[in-house]
Amino acid sequence: MYNFDFVKPTTLQDAIAALSRDEAMPLAGGQTLIPSMKQRLAAPSVLVSLTGIPELKGVCRADDGAVCIGAATTHAEIARETAAIYPAIAALAGGIGDPAVRNRGTIGGSLANNDPSACWPAGVLGSGATIVTNTRQIAADDFFQGMFTTALEPGEIITEIRFPVPEAAAYAKFEQPASRFALTGAFVAKFADGVRVAITGASEGGVFRWREAEEALGASFSPEAVDGLSVSADGMIGDLHGTPEYRANLVRVMTRRAVARAQ
Amino acid sequence: MPKDHGIGAPMKRREDVRFLTGKGRYTDDINLPGQAYAVFVRSQVAHGRIRKIDTAEAEAMPGVLKVFTSADFADKGGVPCGWLVTGRDGQPMREPKHPILAEGKVRYVGDAIAAVVAETPEQARDAAEAVIVDIEELPAVIDMKAALAEGAPLVHDDLGSNLCYDWGFVEENRAAVDEAFAKADHVTTLELVNNRLVPNAMEPRCAVGDYNVATGDHTLYTTSQNPHVIRLLMGAFVLSIPEHKLRVVAPDVGGGFGSKIFHYVEEAFVTQAAKVLGRPVKWTATRSEAFMTDAHGRDHVTRIELALSKDGEFQAIRTETHANMGAYLSTFAPSIPTWLHGTLMAGNYRTPLIYVNVKAVFTNTVPVDAYRGAGRPEATYQLERVIDKAARELGIDPIEIRRKNFIKPDQFPYQTPVAVVYDTGNYDATMDKLIEIADIAGFEKRREESAKRGLLRGLGVNCYIEACGIAPSNLVGQLGARAGLYESATVRVNATGGLVVMTGSHSHGQGHETSFAQVVADMIGIPEDMVEIVHGDTANTPMGMGTYGSRSLAVGGSAIVRATQKIIAKAKKIAAHLLEASEADIELKDGKFSVAGTDRSVAWGDVCLAAYVPHNYPLEEIEPGLEETAFYDPSNFTYPAGAYACEVEVDPETGKVTVCSFAAADDFGNVVNPMIVEGQVHGGLAQGIGQALLEGAVYDENGQLLTGSFMDYAMPRADDLPFFKVDHSCATPCTHNPLGVKGCGEAGAIGSPPAVVNAVIDALQRGGYTHVTHIDMPLTPARVWAAMQR
Repeated sequence: MYNFDFVKPTTLQDAIAALSRDEAMPLAGGQTLIPSMKQRLAAPSVLVSLTGIPELKGVCRADDGAVCIGAATTHAEIARETAAIYPAIAALAGGIGDPAVRNRGTIGGSLANNDPSACWPAGVLGSGATIVTNTRQIAADDFFQGMFTTALEPGEIITEIRFPVPEAAAYAKFEQPASRFALTGAFVAKFADGVRVAITGASEGGVFRWREAEEALGASFSPEAVDGLSVSADGMIGDLHGTPEYRANLVRVMTRRAVARAQ
Repeated sequence: MPKDHGIGAPMKRREDVRFLTGKGRYTDDINLPGQAYAVFVRSQVAHGRIRKIDTAEAEAMPGVLKVFTSADFADKGGVPCGWLVTGRDGQPMREPKHPILAEGKVRYVGDAIAAVVAETPEQARDAAEAVIVDIEELPAVIDMKAALAEGAPLVHDDLGSNLCYDWGFVEENRAAVDEAFAKADHVTTLELVNNRLVPNAMEPRCAVGDYNVATGDHTLYTTSQNPHVIRLLMGAFVLSIPEHKLRVVAPDVGGGFGSKIFHYVEEAFVTQAAKVLGRPVKWTATRSEAFMTDAHGRDHVTRIELALSKDGEFQAIRTETHANMGAYLSTFAPSIPTWLHGTLMAGNYRTPLIYVNVKAVFTNTVPVDAYRGAGRPEATYQLERVIDKAARELGIDPIEIRRKNFIKPDQFPYQTPVAVVYDTGNYDATMDKLIEIADIAGFEKRREESAKRGLLRGLGVNCYIEACGIAPSNLVGQLGARAGLYESATVRVNATGGLVVMTGSHSHGQGHETSFAQVVADMIGIPEDMVEIVHGDTANTPMGMGTYGSRSLAVGGSAIVRATQKIIAKAKKIAAHLLEASEADIELKDGKFSVAGTDRSVAWGDVCLAAYVPHNYPLEEIEPGLEETAFYDPSNFTYPAGAYACEVEVDPETGKVTVCSFAAADDFGNVVNPMIVEGQVHGGLAQGIGQALLEGAVYDENGQLLTGSFMDYAMPRADDLPFFKVDHSCATPCTHNPLGVKGCGEAGAIGSPPAVVNAVIDALQRGGYTHVTHIDMPLTPARVWAAMQR
């Protein structure tokens, strides 16, 4: 790790001001950034912690029924606080990493990083959630723009994520054996006006919606509805842990399992 | 009711109190006044010629004491290899120099090029980044067969070939073996990979060098399994320091699994740097360095053929193995694929003809050497896999085909066709026990139940044998070992009756402090807490060869027994004097010397006191004091053996393998502490299952280590493993050491990989995937799924 300055503001305004410093980086739970810094792969001159800002923390219910989660809320707290109101999201949060990761890592940090194997992008895109920042609201469909790439502008801070609550939903993830990130994960959500299916871990383009499955499941929300579909291996990730063909298979298998779980 | 102390008692490990409460003292816990810190500049390319190393900028940085390059070691030797293997052509192996810092070329990613010593670790690291190394990158050789091809880039230009040796064993059997194959009813052939593993001891390597300028004494604190071996190798071959001026201390060590046997360049570096700078110098590996620079394990590519009669009788075995040496020869590397591998190819069976060919190959990868089992897992895996395949091809039950070929209890001692003589064993007994504890009769019902859940269940069974208790020195000397492999012990009795046992063995997780104390306490009849075990410091232990190859109790324990016997013999003389009786009439029981047939006795403590306060003492016959040393050199290896069974479920949709149950029936001979033995088996099983399902070191074609962190290198975790059923009741005691023990440290890692793979193949075959006859380890979900696709 190289030397850096550290600030821990208690208001969003102070955080935004601090982030305007040269080579400043926001620090949420630090589950990606800190290891990168320890390996000297990242070298911010200023780290601006976002975990001391009360307005970025906690889970509440909006008037329209949406579940609103502060961006600096940890996975562990989300798992606890959403268990009764959005169990699929609670299960996703409770399955990330291990207890140490879940008690440090935050939803906002995960989304801003947009790791192609992370769980949250599937939950957010699959739910059709809205990402609220200090300047605007971004629909999930517009937020994820490829591996480690999002719609966020420099200095823009995620403040909250608003999840509409579906009639039924579930997340099924197949873990990469070493890291236990999602080798492929499928989040399925059934709303009154249709079904959303979001896949993480599989594509070189990062999280994506599997439209064919959404259509088939819209007609019949059952595991069998997925059976006849095939997934192309084109554009799927190939690495030590799985070929593109394997991941394409997992897209279908995990989607089917998520649907079964959501029944 | 189990015994509560002495030999055979499942006593809790005394060392766990300090390990579990953070009170252990590891090498990195040692900080000496004025200590400076070393950071190595390591090669980022697998193969290249060093054009220039510019240290000027680094040397000007804050806190930097010196930047070392190979020029600073021009008058020093390279790190030596401890075993010379002779090839089929009668020529010695090709043996490259392994310099402390790279000379002219770098040969693997992680090869040490330069080292910075600075006031703080951070300053050293900053400066290491400022060392400018100009390297002309050369094509790397990673694949062993490609490395042997005509025109392949040479890892060592001066050797003229990447072939270290081409070894045939037993060369004289070759024609007879070929003839048996030509005549055989059936030949089963299997090509397989024994996957390369990263040892991943919990404690990364660390070394602290210290030099006393006034006395000229060197001290090296290091994470080693054998401090005397390091002292000998480094003192005699690398730095030219006589042993009486060099002390090597290996304090608490957090796991080794073989990887801390070897003498590493960093040890020699800190020792020499401390002298040059007049300051203690510490180096502690990062986890990334551990992945890159700890000697890896396994990495064999093998073709094995088994010739059988039509009713399944084994007639001959023929193998060809390519064994990866990496870029340099690590301390014992040449011996692993040869004498620790070829000699085990008979397994538990009567196969009369065996020929093993091993080609050891240099590649641009980190050196490969012993890792838990070391050669024996490679032998067991190929043998037990090919037997399973043969049984399937011949339609014979895999247990029955093994039984049919077992060496029978009345055939011991058994001379195998691969040199070794098994002293004792009962393979039918361990198989019977396995069938019982694994509930093999209930498998079909469990399989049906799995099928109802859409899962394919399979059963894998195999046997293993290992040669432990390494080794008779005269024998290994003939085989090329450049060291003796005895073990030593000094037993020092204090005036008030407590004992200190100084052993040449080294405990880094094996629980010696507990089990060795049980042996001595049992022999004398005193409580274990009167016995202290000291190890790991060349200054206060006799010359010993250390701990590896499941040798510590069989060899080191035997030395302790011999030394304790000497103590008892002398103490009886003293007791006879005190009791005014004949020495021949003195009996020792429960810490008391008695005159046979009388009620006259003298307590252990009184005898000890008399030895040190010899007022009433036979000074004309014996010396005062009570301290004895023994060296024990075994007359044979020991041969632990057993039978293992694994049940798995395969998810046909994803290829994921779940280990449902694992049973191990082992014959370790006599057992001193059954709790420690079970723990050793559990750990070995976890590592073997890890090798079978999860672990694999992968270099890309350029020699970059793709599995350089736990993000990509999968270690077994608790939830990957079932509860183990282990049994060691079928004991046939070793016939040639005083404790009748065989060793248990490696069995689990040796015996388990074939059981897992056999089980997965069985599940797939039963599930209709009859085209799948083999999958190479690790059997990751992706690999299993790919194999299932036609």
